[in-house]
Amino acid sequence: MNKTSFLGQSLVAGVMAASLPLMAGQAQASDYTIDTEGQHAFVQFKVSHLGYSYILGEFKEFSGDFSYDEGKPEASSVNVKVDVDSLDSAHAERDKHLKSADFLDVSQYPTATFASTGFKTTGDGAGKLTGDLTLHGKTQPITIDVDHIGGGEDPWGGYRQGFEGTTTLKLADYGIDTSKLGPTAATVDLYLVIEGIRQ
Amino acid sequence: MWRNSRRGWGWPVIVMHWLSALAIFGLFALGWWMTSLGYYDPWYKLGPWWHKSVGISLFALTVLRLIWRHLQITPQAHGTRNEQRAAFVGHVLLYVLLLLIMASGYLISTADGRGISVFGLFEVPALITGLKDQATLAGDVHWYASCGLVILSLGHAAVALKHHLLDEQDTLRRMIWPLR
Ligand code: HEM
Ligand code: HEM
Repeated sequence: MNKTSFLGQSLVAGVMAASLPLMAGQAQASDYTIDTEGQHAFVQFKVSHLGYSYILGEFKEFSGDFSYDEGKPEASSVNVKVDVDSLDSAHAERDKHLKSADFLDVSQYPTATFASTGFKTTGDGAGKLTGDLTLHGKTQPITIDVDHIGGGEDPWGGYRQGFEGTTTLKLADYGIDTSKLGPTAATVDLYLVIEGIRQ
Repeated sequence: MWRNSRRGWGWPVIVMHWLSALAIFGLFALGWWMTSLGYYDPWYKLGPWWHKSVGISLFALTVLRLIWRHLQITPQAHGTRNEQRAAFVGHVLLYVLLLLIMASGYLISTADGRGISVFGLFEVPALITGLKDQATLAGDVHWYASCGLVILSLGHAAVALKHHLLDEQDTLRRMIWPLR
């Protein structure tokens, strides 16, 4: 559970990149704060239930920021902190169990963090964001597939960029024992929607 | 036989006392065991179903027990003034812990607005829901209060045996059979 972010690049960015050297000072990397105040950002997870269906849930509280330059997406970076205690799978007794020492051990490891280490564009606004995810006290490198959804001025005088991302975590990598949940629950899919407001 | 006397307890008090004690030790063992079960265990769902059904029934019994107790005199307590005081405080504490456990158990189960089914017969509605971290915090209270109650009731039993064996008083006997 955890985190996220991303940055993708847009077609526009490609065009701008060509003219970049001519316009020094333009299209600089900007810093964005993830819009958790208006909650235009989501950290959701999906895990198999018995292999027959899925359990969906989310982490409601997290914060973070990213820096993004449409002209130079490779230079993007992102940092996110997730309050693991805010897990919500729409069933309090299950949430209690997931947060207990049997799984996430929230009292011991209240936060999960993601700090990016690199970003590679794969074209058409898509890219691969690599970074270190710390969850349950263990840090592992992960890769998040990112798509730039869109960006521009919002109706209230601000400027926004939005991305979505997906990745799959193997919980055993983080020292979380899911063996009692059966083999299909060994991995968790994350779906992230992150909208940032330029500072 | 029904009502308490100055010398002993009536049947309702005796029956409710031992039924409660049985239910409490049973619920403690069941609660402990069921929370250690794997997801694929057939008792993973049955355990909590019995635990909650018996727990709510125990709550009903406890309310009855307290009402009944307040409608009657109670037998003369044994021992010195201080022993009597300690016994009184201990008994009140047993009730307080029991009610705390039942309240916290209720709050775990109803944290997201679901009611509690009692033997599939009817459902106790959720009244207090959505407090921050409700299930986890109520679960902590439930666990520690349960441990406290079991330890205190073992001490309570030990003192009962002491009255019976060492002091040779009829303390234990009158909790087993009504004395006129
Ligand atoms: C209204 C009555 C009760 C209800 C609704 C209730 C409900 C619950 C629930 C939902 C759990 C599972 C918590 C979890 O998922 O970790 C639980 C656990 C437990 N209950 Fe109860 N309970 C009640 C009464 C009692 C009583 C009277 C006792 C006896 C002392 C008791 C002892 C326990 C124990 C020892 C656990 C295991 C706690 C743990 O390992 O975290 N419960 N109870
Ligand atoms: C969880 C278990 C238990 C609880 C919660 C409990 C609670 C109580 C309470 C509240 C009373 C005061 C009378 C009343 O209000 O009904 C009482 C009396 C008594 N209990 Fe228990 N009890 C438990 C287990 C036991 C056990 C295991 C024994 C014996 C080995 C025992 C022996 C007695 C005796 C002898 C009295 C009568 C005291 C007197 O006449 O002054 N109890 N108990």
